[in-house]
Amino acid sequence: MEELKLTCLHDKHVALGAKMSPFGGFDMPIEYSSIKEEHHAVREACGVFDVSHMGEIFVSGPDAERFVNHIFTNDITDAPYGKIYYGIMCYPNGGSVDDLLVYAMGEKRYLLVVNASNIEKDYAWIVEQSKDYDVVIDNLSDRYGQVAVQGPKSEEVVERLLGLAVGDLAFYTFKEIEVEGETIIASRTGYTGEDGFELYGSHGYINKVWDALIASGEVAPCGLGCRDTLRFEVALPLYGHELNDDITPIEAGLGIFVKLDKEEFIGKNALAEQKALGLKKKVVGIELIDRAIPRAGYPIEVEGEEIGTVTTGYHCLSVDKSVCMALIDARYSALETPVEVRIRKKTFAGKVVKKKFYQKNYKK
Amino acid sequence: MSKVIEGIKYADSHEWVKVEGNVGIIGISDYAQHSLGDIVYVDLPSEGDEISKGEEFGAVESVKAASDLYSPVSGTIIEINSELEASPELINQDAYENWIIKVELADPSEVDALLDAAAYEKICE
Repeated sequence: MEELKLTCLHDKHVALGAKMSPFGGFDMPIEYSSIKEEHHAVREACGVFDVSHMGEIFVSGPDAERFVNHIFTNDITDAPYGKIYYGIMCYPNGGSVDDLLVYAMGEKRYLLVVNASNIEKDYAWIVEQSKDYDVVIDNLSDRYGQVAVQGPKSEEVVERLLGLAVGDLAFYTFKEIEVEGETIIASRTGYTGEDGFELYGSHGYINKVWDALIASGEVAPCGLGCRDTLRFEVALPLYGHELNDDITPIEAGLGIFVKLDKEEFIGKNALAEQKALGLKKKVVGIELIDRAIPRAGYPIEVEGEEIGTVTTGYHCLSVDKSVCMALIDARYSALETPVEVRIRKKTFAGKVVKKKFYQKNYKK
Repeated sequence: MSKVIEGIKYADSHEWVKVEGNVGIIGISDYAQHSLGDIVYVDLPSEGDEISKGEEFGAVESVKAASDLYSPVSGTIIEINSELEASPELINQDAYENWIIKVELADPSEVDALLDAAAYEKICE
């Protein structure tokens, strides 16, 4: 078995007694106290996540803007320094390579933040597509540590405990800050549906940040367990579940991040055609009447026939209901359509609902 | 260290059974509830169901995953712990107090083949 990679904060998680598990090739903390406690800490106060496993790929050079627009569904034309874009990289058939953030670093330079499980694949894809462009691609994933500080108290916590002036950052923007002899990146982004920040820096700096936050007693260490329950409640997709090489961003309901009026990008024609002809399959929300819990992989049925599969499901922690996101035959995707979920040997009744089970609380 | 109590028997799939006369009272061990984390749902069978030793009879669900329950004995289910429907977290609070099902034993000698406390403790190491 291939050896697991360790983030720069690995020892901290073990010292805190976290339950560890492999994810994306890394040995990661799933929970420290309990998923429920950590989830509620983020919704009500402040939590910190080690997200150092994520990938950081820089694209720079004279053709950088044109190239990023070529591989990315969103439009970064004339992106001002400090702005961040969410979008997807697609294959020519519209299927998804990965979802990612693009940070406009200025001076014809862009930082692409990609999923840990896709770093090697994404880097190879980006390099392959760059052959006819005057750009340099740098995979600096190993160099960066990263933490996400999330929750309604996060702004106050980051300013006071870390001395970082992030209060004036608008949602989906970043600034570079000189601290401890290095330049770090602080962005008002996250994957929880709460206000929060993501900090990118050297391994040494990120360790100091983690220590300061944990030592204060005001910030809960949070693992991948609640990272998933939090993003799920606010309908954020997870690559490998709501997106994959067989699910297009339009099928996943992410059409607003696909700029079909851009001149060209890989997958544009396939996605434009899909939008025009109508979808065959779609990611929807489903709410069960019972407390039984729908999980990824469970079949969705209508009148005994399988019409789709659960992509992610939980007994929702913030809104006491059993709910899921599922990829289903688009003919059954109208809100309120009655469906059934097969859980082990029995089926349970439910209906199609909006995917957003909990209201986001972003600072806009 | 997980709690292991004497006087009851254990399966290597982490269920325990306490024999009272001809009835086997079944639950999951402290080790199991600790590994699972917060239990949010218990999928219970029905009273009157027949089960066989080693057969799956329901599930205990944590936030992240469902964990099948395997019966350590054969027999008829005479009682299910309906308190677990509203309060599945009772198992986290005390895994030995909060039993899951009671079975009228078809073959009481099946219990002899199960692990005693010391043997079960060993497999949890």
